[in-house]
Amino acid sequence: MYSQKVVDHFTHPRNQGHMETPDGVGKVGNPVCGDVMYIYIKVKDGIIEDIKWETMGCAAAIAVSSMITELAKGKSIEEAEQITRNDVANALEGLPPIKMHCSNLAADGLKKAIEDYRSKGERKKEEVA
Amino acid sequence: MKRIYFDHSATSAVDPRVLEVMLPFFEKKYGNPSSLHHQGQEAAEALQEAREKVARVINAQPEEIIFTSGGTESNNTAIKGAAFAALTGKSSKRHIIVSQIEHDCVLNACRWLEKMGFEVTYFPVDNYGLVDLEALRKAVRKDTLIISIMHANNEIGTVQDIAEIGKIAHEYGAYFHTDAVQSIIKLPLDTKQMNVDMLSVSSHKIHGPKGVGCLYVKKGTKIDPLLHGGGHERGFRSGTENISGITGFAEAVKIGEEERPTVMPRIQNLRDILIKGVLEIENTWLNGHPTQRLPINAHFCFRFIEGESLILRLDLKGISASTGSACSSKSLQPSHVLLAIGLPPEDAHSSLRLTLGRDNTTEDIEYTLEVLPEVVADLRKISPFKGSFQ
Repeated sequence: MYSQKVVDHFTHPRNQGHMETPDGVGKVGNPVCGDVMYIYIKVKDGIIEDIKWETMGCAAAIAVSSMITELAKGKSIEEAEQITRNDVANALEGLPPIKMHCSNLAADGLKKAIEDYRSKGERKKEEVA
Repeated sequence: MKRIYFDHSATSAVDPRVLEVMLPFFEKKYGNPSSLHHQGQEAAEALQEAREKVARVINAQPEEIIFTSGGTESNNTAIKGAAFAALTGKSSKRHIIVSQIEHDCVLNACRWLEKMGFEVTYFPVDNYGLVDLEALRKAVRKDTLIISIMHANNEIGTVQDIAEIGKIAHEYGAYFHTDAVQSIIKLPLDTKQMNVDMLSVSSHKIHGPKGVGCLYVKKGTKIDPLLHGGGHERGFRSGTENISGITGFAEAVKIGEEERPTVMPRIQNLRDILIKGVLEIENTWLNGHPTQRLPINAHFCFRFIEGESLILRLDLKGISASTGSACSSKSLQPSHVLLAIGLPPEDAHSSLRLTLGRDNTTEDIEYTLEVLPEVVADLRKISPFKGSFQ
């Protein structure tokens, strides 16, 4: 059912963990649906310097969380927000059709984390002004 | 790596003794039981012998056994067959009662019958999965044609008080059907004591071949066939009989029933050790009834993790388990059974079903109790929820 790559990321997740003082957090999904993903980013000079995640979900949800952090780490936030669900699914050598929504969740989670980072930046500017 | 199979409610290995009974019917005894010649009569005799074997185990008459392709067909034949007979005959009864925790083949047959003009009551169960008998009595109507409530649930293992439900049905002149796919050879089945008019059984969950089973239909019960044709199975199920499958099925029923008094207490003992050990994991509970349950079944929820990732991690450690019903594992919906017993959807996603069989050993249980807490802890470490869903 799952590709070798999915199984690899599911059993050996990368960048997994909680982040105490992130610059941005993206929380997506709903426990009622069985999938919840938190993505934390640390940004320095416009670059995603560190990224972590916590996920409750199926093997696909865990693998996409791991994979998107690999894809986003070290990229500029502009580059990172261009990552699509298909990029995540392709990097995992495909997902079963019924699990494609999981890759959507990861892409959305990262976008939300970036939005959160930007809105914090706006608030800081306002505070300074 | 050693593999441990804990999915006997999904299917089971064919017993070598069963296979031995089946094999001659492929190359040597290949006759069609409807044929008058030697080979045909040889097959007809084997068919009759199989019918007698199954009938004896469930305390029925041989002619009350209709061989089918398995549980799904048996359940469809019972419910749709009764409904069709009401439509084509003189009965004006158009009401059906089933429990909310029936197998999908019962529920979906009923949903389809609603389109045909039948009214269906999907009767609730309590937190253990039990039907409340007094409430059921109130739900039965003069126009109730049939009540269908499963003997033992395939997910949570809860065993209903079938004899009492049968009494209620008969008080109101309704037929009573029970799906006994999970309970045959695990529990004693007696069609007379159980007050059933129809009872469904499948072969492949009891070390028999796949693609065969039967429906017991009490004499005088009016059902129309789903399959019309040459009038096999006394007109209830046309199509040349699956002789190898039927002989294997009957042998599996016979062996299972003979060995039940020794095998089931041993399995139940292992299952109880397993439950006790698993419940030491925090934020974990047993679903289903604590005592009124199938001896082979253990069904848990592990809060804050998702069932599919749990079974895949266990699979990588050599343990074959399931989240609930193998049929629904491809859908993303939480189990209708777990929702019916009152679990919120977020908990219904976190389920694990372990169903034991006669080949499981103490070592299997010990290994599982070593691996499962680690896997659960690992997935909880990944989960954003640590002590609540906030």
